[in-house]
This record gives sequence, C-alpha cells and structure tokens, in this order.
Amino acid sequence: MTSTSTPQLMLEPVLDAGQTRDSIGLGHRAQKSLDVRHGTVLTLEDINVSFDGFKALRDLTLYIGVGELRCIIGPNGAGKTTLMDVITGKTRPDSGVAFFGETLDLTKMSEVAIAQSGIGRKFQKPTVFEALSVFENLELAQKTNKSVWASLRAKLTGEQRDRIDEILTTIRLDASRERAAGLLSHGQKQFLEIGMLLIQEPQLLLLDEPVAGMTDAETEFTAELFKSLAGKHSLMVVEHDMGFVGSIADHVTVLHQGHVLAEGSLEHVQANERVIEVYLGR
Amino acid sequence: MRVLLSRIILLTLPFLASLPAYAGDAADFVAASSGEQARLLEAWAATPDATRVPLLKALQENRLGGDDNDVPFYEKGDAFVGAEGNAQPAGTPRKVRLNNRLRNLISAAMATHQLYSDVAADRLTAARELQRKAQPEQMALLETRLAVEQDDEVGQALTLALANLQLSDADPAVRLNAVRLLGETGQPQARNRLQNLLDDAAETNPAVRTAANTGIVQIDRKLLIGDVLGQAFSGLSLGSILLLAALGLAITFGLLGVINMAHGEMLMLGAYSTYVVQTLFQRYAPDALAFYPIVALPVAFIVTACIGMALERTVIRFLYGRPLETLLATWGISLILIQLVRVVFGAQNVEVGNPSWLSGGVQVLPNLVLPWNRMIIIGFALFVVALTWLLLNKTRLGLNVRAVTQNRNMAACCGVPTGRIDMMAFGLGSGIAGLGGVALSQVGNVGPDLGQSYIIDSFLVVVLGGVGQLAGSISAAFGLGIANKILEPQIGAVLGKILILALIILFIQKRPQGLFALKGRVID
Amino acid sequence: MTQPLALTAAQKAGPKTTLALIGLVFAVLIAMPVLSLLPADNPLHVSAYTLTLVGKILCYAIMALALDLVWGYAGLLSLGHGLFFALGGYAMGMYLMRQASGDGLPAFMSFLAWNEMPWYWYGTSSFFWSMCLVVLVPGLLAFVFGFFAFRSRIKGVYFSIMTQALTFAGMLLFFRNETGFGGNNGFTGFTTILGYGVATPGTRASLFLATVVLLGASLYLGWRLAQSKFGRILTAVRDAENRLMFCGYDPRGFKLFVWTLSAILCGLAGALYVPQVGIINPSEMAPTQSIEAAVWVALGGRGTLIGPLLGAGLVNGMKSWFTVAFPEYWLFFLGALFIVVTLFLPKGVFGLLKRKEDA
Repeated sequence: MTSTSTPQLMLEPVLDAGQTRDSIGLGHRAQKSLDVRHGTVLTLEDINVSFDGFKALRDLTLYIGVGELRCIIGPNGAGKTTLMDVITGKTRPDSGVAFFGETLDLTKMSEVAIAQSGIGRKFQKPTVFEALSVFENLELAQKTNKSVWASLRAKLTGEQRDRIDEILTTIRLDASRERAAGLLSHGQKQFLEIGMLLIQEPQLLLLDEPVAGMTDAETEFTAELFKSLAGKHSLMVVEHDMGFVGSIADHVTVLHQGHVLAEGSLEHVQANERVIEVYLGR
Repeated sequence: MRVLLSRIILLTLPFLASLPAYAGDAADFVAASSGEQARLLEAWAATPDATRVPLLKALQENRLGGDDNDVPFYEKGDAFVGAEGNAQPAGTPRKVRLNNRLRNLISAAMATHQLYSDVAADRLTAARELQRKAQPEQMALLETRLAVEQDDEVGQALTLALANLQLSDADPAVRLNAVRLLGETGQPQARNRLQNLLDDAAETNPAVRTAANTGIVQIDRKLLIGDVLGQAFSGLSLGSILLLAALGLAITFGLLGVINMAHGEMLMLGAYSTYVVQTLFQRYAPDALAFYPIVALPVAFIVTACIGMALERTVIRFLYGRPLETLLATWGISLILIQLVRVVFGAQNVEVGNPSWLSGGVQVLPNLVLPWNRMIIIGFALFVVALTWLLLNKTRLGLNVRAVTQNRNMAACCGVPTGRIDMMAFGLGSGIAGLGGVALSQVGNVGPDLGQSYIIDSFLVVVLGGVGQLAGSISAAFGLGIANKILEPQIGAVLGKILILALIILFIQKRPQGLFALKGRVID
Repeated sequence: MTQPLALTAAQKAGPKTTLALIGLVFAVLIAMPVLSLLPADNPLHVSAYTLTLVGKILCYAIMALALDLVWGYAGLLSLGHGLFFALGGYAMGMYLMRQASGDGLPAFMSFLAWNEMPWYWYGTSSFFWSMCLVVLVPGLLAFVFGFFAFRSRIKGVYFSIMTQALTFAGMLLFFRNETGFGGNNGFTGFTTILGYGVATPGTRASLFLATVVLLGASLYLGWRLAQSKFGRILTAVRDAENRLMFCGYDPRGFKLFVWTLSAILCGLAGALYVPQVGIINPSEMAPTQSIEAAVWVALGGRGTLIGPLLGAGLVNGMKSWFTVAFPEYWLFFLGALFIVVTLFLPKGVFGLLKRKEDA
C-alpha cells in the first residue's frame, strides 16, 4: 500500500548482478522469504481426511525436498487429488501436520494465502480464463501485487511484458497470444496453464496429470521443461503415464487407499511386490 | 244461572276435551306467563327429571306450542302432536314465545338434565354449558353430581361450574376455595373471572384477592403451554405447505440445476384447477360436492405436470448449463402464466370453499384448537413426501432420475434417455407443486399472485436443505415454518421474515452446501 | 461465455462508429433540456412529459449499467438492484419531504399522530447530508450483504435468489407505516429542491442534465474499469474463480468492490429519479422491478457498456407505449421478451448489431 505509484517495482525482487538466467528466466526468482533451513519444502505428517466416513487419506506422511521433482502415482481413488486439495487449502485435513517450508502451517492458511506464499497448482482438467486472450491469461497470473487497489491502477512495465513474451515462447504459444484462451486446443490449454504456473513463480509446483491429452512430442517437451525446472523449484507431479514418469522422475511415491505404499526410485517401486499387487489386482 | 252454568261448561270444556286432563309440565309452561315460565325453568333446573328431557328439547328447538285451550303440542314437520297424551288441537296451535332470558334458562335446565345422561360426552357439554349459565339455586345439584361423577374431564368441568357459582357466596372461605379451584383449571374463562376479583370493589377479602392473583399466574402458565403448542402447530402447518411448495423445486433444481421461477405459478395453477373442479361439481354434481378436493388432486397434478413438461420441452431444454438465463426465462413464463390467469379468471381472488369434512377442528386445550384442514394438509404433505421418496428410490424412473442427477454424462452413456428423464422429472416437480396448490386452496386465498409469495420461501427451503436432499428439504421446511411462527408473535411477521433471511445467510457461512450436503471432493 | 470478447471486438472493430454514435446520442440528450425551455409553440419545444419520461429512462439506464457491471463482468446476477435504487430514492425523498414540510413533521407522520421524527431522519433537511445518505445507505447495505455472501462463496442462482429475498424483505419493511417511510404511499407531494420548485421547467431541465452527466460519468467509469486489469480479473472471477484463487487473487475483494460500486451507482440513479418522477414508494423494491432490470441488460447485451443502456431504453420505451395502447398485453409481451432474449439473443441486441457490422 505504501507504494501505490509503482507497486510493481516494489514487489519485484532485485536482480542479482552477474547471475545468469535459466532457460525460462525463473531461477533467480525463488522467494527468499520461505524458510527451508532443513532442505524440505513440504512436510506432511499423519494427514487424515475423511468424507462422510470414507477415508480418502489415512496417516499420510510425505516430505518433498528443495529442488526435488517428485512423482506421485497410484490407482484411481488412491487420494492423489485429495492430497493436492490438502496442500492447497481446498480441503482441511481432519488431523495431521502440513507445513510449507519450516514455518508456514498450511492447515491454517486460506487458499489465496497459500497460493501467494508460493504454491502453484495445475488442475486435472485444464482451467484457463477462456474469455481472455492468452496474453491476458499470463498477465493475470504474473507475480505482482494482487490486491484490488493495485489491480485498479496496474500497468504493465516493459520488463513484465518481456517476461510474458519469454513465457509465451517457452510454451510455444507466441503465435496465438491474442487468441481467446477458450479457442485453444486441449494440449495448448495444458501448456498455457503450465505457463501461468511458471509466471506465478512458485516455490512448489503441483501438477495434476499435466500431459493428459498431449501428443508424444508435446509430452517429451514437457518432460524436458520439468527437468529444467527441478533443482531450482520443487515439483510434485501426479501422473498415470508411466513412460512420462520414467522420463522425469528419480523419486516416486506410490499412493494406495490414501496411504503411502512405497517410495523410492521408479525401478525400486516397480519391483515392490505390494505395488505390483495393487496395480495388477489380486 | 244459565249464564253461570254455561260459563262453567265453557271453562271446563277444554279440560274435558283434552283428557287425560292432568296438567303436566308442558301444560303448566304453556299456560304460564313469562315470569312464571322463568320460575318454572329454574325449579326444573334444580330438580332434574328424565321425563322432562323431551319437553326441554322441544323448547330448545322452539317446537312447543299451545292451542286455543292452552293444550301443549309439539310441532312435527307440518303437523302437531299432543305433548301430553293424544289430542287434537283446537285451532292452530301458536308457538310459545321465548325471550333471551328464557332461552338461557332453558339451556341451563337442559344442561342440568343432561348431567344425568349416561353418555360422558353429553355430561361434559352440559357441565361446560353450566359454567356459563348456572344459577345459584343449582349449586346443591352440582355438588351432588360432582360427588358421583366418575369421568375426570366432566368432573373438572363441573368443578369449574361450581366454583363460578361459589365466587358470589357470602362466606369468604367458600370464595377462597372457589378461587383456588378456578386457578387449577387453567381455563381462559376462569382467568377472566379471577381478573374481575382483583378489583377492591369486587372482592373485599384480601386473602381471596391474593389467591386470585396466584390463580391467574397458574392459569397463565397453563395457557402458555397451549400457546407454544399452538405456535408449534401453525409452524408445522406452514412447514407442510412450504414443503409441498419446495419439494418439486428441490427435484428440478437437484436434477437440472436450474431454478424454475415459474414454480410458484404451478402452485397457483393447482389452486385454480381446484377452483375449476369445484365449480364443475357445483354445476353438475352438487350432491357430491363434498368430495371435490379429492377429484381436484389428480386433476391439478395432471394439469400442472403437463404444463411443466411442455415448458421443459419448449424452453428450458435449450437453456441447460445456463442457470442464470433459465432463471430469467422461467420468470418470463411466470409473468405470462399470471397474466393468462388474470385474463381468464379475472384479477380478483376466486372463492374456494372448504367441504364440511375439512372445516372445524378439535379442541385440544382450552386455548388450542387444531383445524381439520391444517391437520389434513400436514398429513397430506407427509404422504406426498413418502410417495416421492418411493418414486425416487424404488422405481426405475427414480433410479434414472437419481443417475442423471449425479452424473448426467455417465447416465447418458449407460443408455438412460436423459432428455426424457428431464421431461419426466420436470413434470413430476410441477405436478407436486400442483398438489401443493390444491392444499393451499384449502387454507388461503386463491388469486393470480398466489405463487409469487411462495417462490422465495421455497427456494430458501431448498438452499437450507441442500440440493437434491429429500431429508434436508423436509427438515428445512418444518424448521423454517416453525421458526417463522415462533418469531412472528414476538417481533412481527415482517421483521421475523427479515431476521430469518439474515439467519439463513449466517447459516450458509457455516454450511455452504446446506443442512444435508454430502461432503466430498469438489473440483472444477 | 465470450461476452467480453464482444466488448473487445466492439472496441477494436468499430471504435469510431461507436464513439460517433455515443457522441450523437449525448448531444441529443444535452440538447433536450435546452429545447424544453423554449416556448410551447416553438416547433422544437420538448414537452415536460417527454422530458420526464426520457429522464426516467435515463435513470433506469444507469441502473442497468450498474447491474451489468456485476452481471456482465463478474457473473453475479443480482435480482435485488431495485432495492439500492429505491434506497437512494428514499434518501433523496427524505430531503424533499423535509423541504415540503418546512419546520414541521412530514405530512404522513402527522397523519400517524407522531410527535417527533425517528432518529434516522436526523439531518435530512440538509441537502449535503441527504446526498451522503444516497451514497452511504445503498453502499453500506451492499457492502455488508456482499461481505457475508462472498465470504461463504454464494454464487450463481443462490446469489440471485438471496438478492431477490433481500429486496423482498426491504419491500415488506418499507410497506409498514411504523418503519417511518410513509408506508405503501411512500413519499410524494414534493415542492422544492434547494429552494427551487420541483416542477418548474428550469429545475426539470437541470435535473435532466444532472442525469445525463451521471450517465456519462458512469459510462466513463465502466469503460475505465473494463479496460483495466481489474476488469480482466472480474471476467476471470466469472469464468474460473478457482483458477484465479490459485493464481493468488482473492476473488472476494474484487467482487465486493464492484458490487458495492454498482449499488452506489444505483442509489445515485434512484436519487435523480425521485425528484423527476415526483414519487417514491415501496413498489420500486418489488422483485419484479429488479428482475425487469435484468432483462434490460440481457436484451441490450451484457458484458458490454452500451448494451444495457440500449436495453433499458428499448424496454422502457416499449413499456410506456404498450401500457397506453394495450395494457392487457404488456405482461405477455414482457414475458415473451424474457424467453426470446434468453433463447435467441444470448448476446443481446448489441451483439446482433456488432455481428452485422463485422460481417
């Protein structure tokens, strides 16, 4: 509020001189506010969620380290989406501990506060602002002061414009920047949503089936993109496509009936008897 | 001498002619002046005699007459029969003229006679009558009857009648006792009597006045129970009407996700169907008029269901997935329907009468009468709910409806004809509203704007109850009805409504999905 | 769900034509009060009746614009905007009643044998304070209602019905004599405003002019909002509120802002309506009035700025003609209009014109 004349500048982290940008210009923008002393960006312990007696999550415990790319797999109804709902504040756990970094208690924060603190989420079904153009979608998602007053007087700076252009190039939607997002193909919408997530500059990205409906080439490209993000950001990817999981993940968590069944490298969990049992049926 | 003789003959002739010429009560009464008649009645009231009942009955019905010779006759149809023995009337018998004082005395006398009846109900009526009309001379009689009375209720009524009399006794102890008795009865009339005593001029003894005060408090407490029960009952009654109005809405809203703003007009059309059926009965089958509401039920259901289905096919079908537009379009439909009814039936309210079996009520407490029409509507509402539940849960149609409600696309994939189901469900919802209209016509005014006043309330029921939840709708309807009726006497109808609206908004803060919503994963 | 595209298209395809048209209409509107001051035998004279009618329609047009801000942009269909309009009107009416009654009590209060004015009448003899009330009362009510409604995420038809219930409750309240607003007769019999006679041609012309200015200002405000990032966020609220939350925006604040703003605009329109029409009563709060406003917006084209004005003009113009020519059939016509517009004109007349222009 103190900087109404140039709100954007006040909120932009100052560029460190000499630091080089990564491929999509995100690397240097990790929030400094988040306390990740012990190397864990997300801590979930003994989370329980039940819907009218149905236990969606049972004593779920999960840690995600800084810069880690974690894949979550599991059969339908394993509680993957509920897990994301808990992290983003959409569903409140009945019991358990959920911390973002070391200090932010996710069970006490609103959805908006969680998003602002640096957790981005991509929905299972691609959700973009269909009536707005691709450019405007990115403009809205861009990290900036998101209060009502700031929005009333917001004007894009040259730098912000450049960043949007950058992302547009990254997600290969340069040519359709002025098109309404509702007119995009399914795969393009997926990319736009990923782009919106990127420009939001979150510390932790939650991606619910990001490659559903994409062509092979697009899937491959997405895999590259995610791998380049890992290290600087933490990613949690829920996916059914095992090929895709195999191409990106070094660390995989298997969920079953709301509980962690196995954790480790893909080969390791694939060799796990119980995982085989769950996936192939008894 | 001849003159004297002829006079004697003239005088005795009537007696001779009306042999067996003993002068019975009827004859005494016919011959007496009105002052004497009053004394006679008082005497009879104090010494009841079963043989006198027909006479008193005839007097009550104003059938007693005397012929030129003051021989008593009862009027039977067009003819007259002798009251005491067979007799031919000399000339046309003239009715005995009664004034109000006499009529009161007659009913008091009748009441004391009825006290000897074998039927408890008769004795009760009699005792209640005497609470108002008893004379001091009957005190002894009341005391004897009270001593032998077996029935509790009659006993209480007698006590009250006796206490009423004792209030004017000279002995303060007797009055005190009477006051205590009155206090225990809990009757509103007794409260009035006690209230009168509080005045210094009316009652000189302070102990009696204190007792009267206590009695009033006692009675007020009992009356309060009646009041609260009465409010609860009218709440239930309002709730049942809301339920009938909201049930159809809950079905269509749950199934189609659209608000049918013309739903209130379905109620209105149901009520007008009742009116039309009533008119037809009056014209073509006046004997069976009492049964017109029963015929009106299927008629109203079919009329409104057909209109509902037609609307669904022609307008609403094209607006699925656009709830706000549907709201506007159905409002347009409601405007047209209202104006149509105004043009056809006129803008004034029409007369829909209660048949005899729907009028009157049951006196439960001194200040609590439960009207039949309202009781029957509560029962009817529950019956409709049960029927709807069966239809939704036990039939193929119901299965399909529930399937479409929960997942339209999946149901379509499974071969459920969603279009037909939509139409049927809409017809069902409208038809239930039509049934509600029949019920409404029995308790309220029937006019073109009838539906407008219910649409907001019924929507609130749906909001409060949770979409697609039958149990939710029921508890919300009765809850709203009772809350409305409890708040109404405290802060007035308008403020009550506003307060309820505020409460609903606050309630939704806590449970956005309504009372009975299923918790679950919601993602869009 | 691509209404704002129509808006952007309108602004991009034919900004010149649109602007020229708007300019022309405003020129005519400004000329009207001037012409009304001409002597009656002058061929260009505008009668008091016409001026009042058009002035009334302009007030409705402002209300339609306000409704469009919340419905067309933020997707919140309010069926209770008549309440805010009427509240603004009543606030103005209080001042006018005090003007008419001088130092005494307003006539209806003497009629009820009241000895003193209720507390909320305090200060209403001051024009300035009354103007504050015109803004504050609808604004505060909208703020409080919106705060709770948006907090619990009431939206869609739920929101619509809640607002309808709100205006219904308001109507019931104002119908009561005890409320202190003249019961079902409302306020009428105004004499002066700021010392000038309400019915004199000069005052009429000034009031009309004020209405035109308010309309212009609202239009400009709406245009600025639609152009800003705020406007785009509103569209986002309408289309994908969840996505917006996960982008880090709190939709409640945005909705509350535009909702309250819209209510204030409505209140101002109501305040200008009352002295021109000469009466305000609780029937302005009837749910029918508010829902009719929705059809103005729908007919004109929601999500556009010109559409609601067009719709308000068309429907009210037709209404004044119909209710004289075929009073029996007006409701049939209005009902049919509701159905036809929703079925066949999802983008309204303005969308239709736009399509022709683009083709």
